[in-house]
Amino acid sequence: MIPLGHYLIVSAILFAVGTAGVFLRRNLITILLSIEIMLNAVNLSFVAFGRSQGTVDGQIITFFVMTVAAAEAAVGLAIVIALFRHRESLNPDAFTSLKW
Amino acid sequence: MLALIPLFPLLGFAINASMGRRLPKAVSGGLASLVMLASFAVSVMVVWQLANQAPPQRLIEQTLYTWIASGDFVLDLTLRVDPLAAVMILVITGIGSLIHIYSTAYMHEESDPEYARYFSYLNLFAFFMLVLVLGANFLVLFVGWEGVGLCSYLLIGFWFEKKSAADAGKKAFVVNRIGDYAFILGTLLLFVRFGTLDFQRIASAVAPLATDSGFGLLSVATLLLFIGATGKSAQIPLYVWLPDAMEGPTPVSALIHAATMVTAGVYMIGRNAVLFSHAPETMAVVAVIGAATALMAGTIGLVQNDIKRVLAYSTVSQLGYMFLAMGVGAFGAGIFHLYTHAFFKACLFLGSGAVIHALHGEQDIRNMGGLKAGLPITYWTFLIGSLAIAGVPGLAGFFSKDEILFETFAHGHTILWTIGILTSLLTATYMFRLVFLTFHGARRHEAPVSEHPEEEELAAHVSHRPATGDSHSQGNHLHDAPSAMALALVVLALGSVLAGYFGIPHALGGGNAIGTWLAPSFSARSVTTLAEGQVAEAGQEPGAAGETADSERGLELSLMVVSSIVALVGIGLAAFIWLKRREIADRMAATFPGVYRLLLNKYYVDEIYDATVVQPIRIVSQEGLWRGVDVHIIDAAVNGTASIVDGSSSLLRRLQSGSVRAYAGSLFIGVVLILGYYLWR
Repeated sequence: MIPLGHYLIVSAILFAVGTAGVFLRRNLITILLSIEIMLNAVNLSFVAFGRSQGTVDGQIITFFVMTVAAAEAAVGLAIVIALFRHRESLNPDAFTSLKW
Repeated sequence: MLALIPLFPLLGFAINASMGRRLPKAVSGGLASLVMLASFAVSVMVVWQLANQAPPQRLIEQTLYTWIASGDFVLDLTLRVDPLAAVMILVITGIGSLIHIYSTAYMHEESDPEYARYFSYLNLFAFFMLVLVLGANFLVLFVGWEGVGLCSYLLIGFWFEKKSAADAGKKAFVVNRIGDYAFILGTLLLFVRFGTLDFQRIASAVAPLATDSGFGLLSVATLLLFIGATGKSAQIPLYVWLPDAMEGPTPVSALIHAATMVTAGVYMIGRNAVLFSHAPETMAVVAVIGAATALMAGTIGLVQNDIKRVLAYSTVSQLGYMFLAMGVGAFGAGIFHLYTHAFFKACLFLGSGAVIHALHGEQDIRNMGGLKAGLPITYWTFLIGSLAIAGVPGLAGFFSKDEILFETFAHGHTILWTIGILTSLLTATYMFRLVFLTFHGARRHEAPVSEHPEEEELAAHVSHRPATGDSHSQGNHLHDAPSAMALALVVLALGSVLAGYFGIPHALGGGNAIGTWLAPSFSARSVTTLAEGQVAEAGQEPGAAGETADSERGLELSLMVVSSIVALVGIGLAAFIWLKRREIADRMAATFPGVYRLLLNKYYVDEIYDATVVQPIRIVSQEGLWRGVDVHIIDAAVNGTASIVDGSSSLLRRLQSGSVRAYAGSLFIGVVLILGYYLWR
């Protein structure tokens, strides 16, 4: 059986990849995808913890996260489309008018 | 029934104040006079009831309700009539009624709302004064005390469109306020010492105590109360408001000077006679201040040219007499003089009002003269009032003034007696100067219009009404007092003659009825007997008088002769100077220009107060408190807080860049730092 630590390392790597994507990519859709990666990295660690404890709590919470993620993706993509129609751009740096 | 006495004027005030502006003059003025007459009728009934009781127990009391109940401290709103209060309510309602009736004619040129406003104030004034004298404890008295201060402000500044009138009202209020402050301190001191504010309880608590030797608590408390009295009753050093109070309508001056307000201080000392007799130091101060005020005001009155101002200074002077009497322990004599003074001073003021009315607002006696023929009623009543105040034998002022001077002499205050006699000479002289300049000789128009600022002010306040024609044409059709005014004048003149016969001294074979009547109010013995319901020997006072009568009769008679001669000499002097040889007065003024200017400018007391009190306070307030504390500390603190927030926000707002990535970055760094802290700590 694969020890818990390995799962957590993979999860950490995935989370780091997602975070880096959010910060480094200049495309809103890519950023959304990176957020999905971060969410799934967390899901992985939940499931891994649940399994190592012998309970189903981790899997239950994962379902919740997936539900929220699906909703988030729907709303997020809708906003992205609206923004694109508005500005003809997907670069987040183009949308800085909400400031002092 | 007792409560009706103050409630009638209050009712009149309420009606005139709430709907007076829609009422015609006859209704509002008639109503105001009617409530005063009703109050007078009730007062007479109450006093009759009182007179039928046994002398040492004369007391009628009515507790309306418990005003303050806090732990052990219970204060009732109690009205109480004893012989002293009986004299006061008769004076207030009786002379007050006459002044109301007189005012209905005098104020007839005002518009309906102004007329109703005037009468509502007048009724309120009477109400507060009645509360003052009927109150059975210091706090109820204080309500009236403050109330008359308020009403004097309202009435002195009645023609508030005129700056001098508004200023005079303010001055009266502020000066009174100084006295009130001392008064309330004295009240608190007495409460701390005796645990009660009831006059009778304090008196019976004080009675067994030893006389305050040195400068003890009783002296301090009574001195504070006396400072309050100097404010209300216009004594040195707080008398300065009274002459300025002449800015008000003339009947108001009569009301303030005769029936209400200025008598409050004298009354208050009489009410606390037991307390004051236990503080000889204070008594000495009271007597000296009284004598000094009498003399000082008398000398000022000698040179003033405004008819009302002369009378104002004579009031200050006569009040000085009353305080002199109080100070030497002759409480009965002081109240007696208060009572006779009310008649002749009201008569004189109303007479001067009739003169001013006839001359369409002229107040400068240098522009009068020869009015005797045109104003016979005014002349004769004014003459009777002047004879009474001068102390000519047989009239009211003679008996009361003589009583005071005799008591002063009998108590061994020879110097004060000399001052009193001197003032009596001055009184006769300046009153008859007024009479001769106003009513005798030929009509004059010689007042210099702008000799110096003071004169200019006088000329300026000659009339609040639009001038009707030039002064030359006015002289031709003088109209004597209308019937309402004449009625008041005649009644008061009769009073000026007859009022004194209640107090014929023992030396002249009289019984000094008013002294005997008042005596129970001034001794704690009657208070304790009332409290315990016992009958004490009431014959103490007459017995003592009878014992010493023989030795004192000669003294009293000779003093009486002296003061009568002095009064007649004063009148003769006035007649000689101002009837026969008017140039003497001018020559004397020219010979002693320093003295003359000093007197004409009232010893520069107003200027001294202005320089030593008003200006320093103004400078400290303006430069220190306003420009310093207010602007640089309070405002600066408020504005400083705002500008700190403003400055720091203008820096912090740079953080809101609008860039989603920057927000995400700061969020991430924040999470990392917080987690890092918990992991590595």
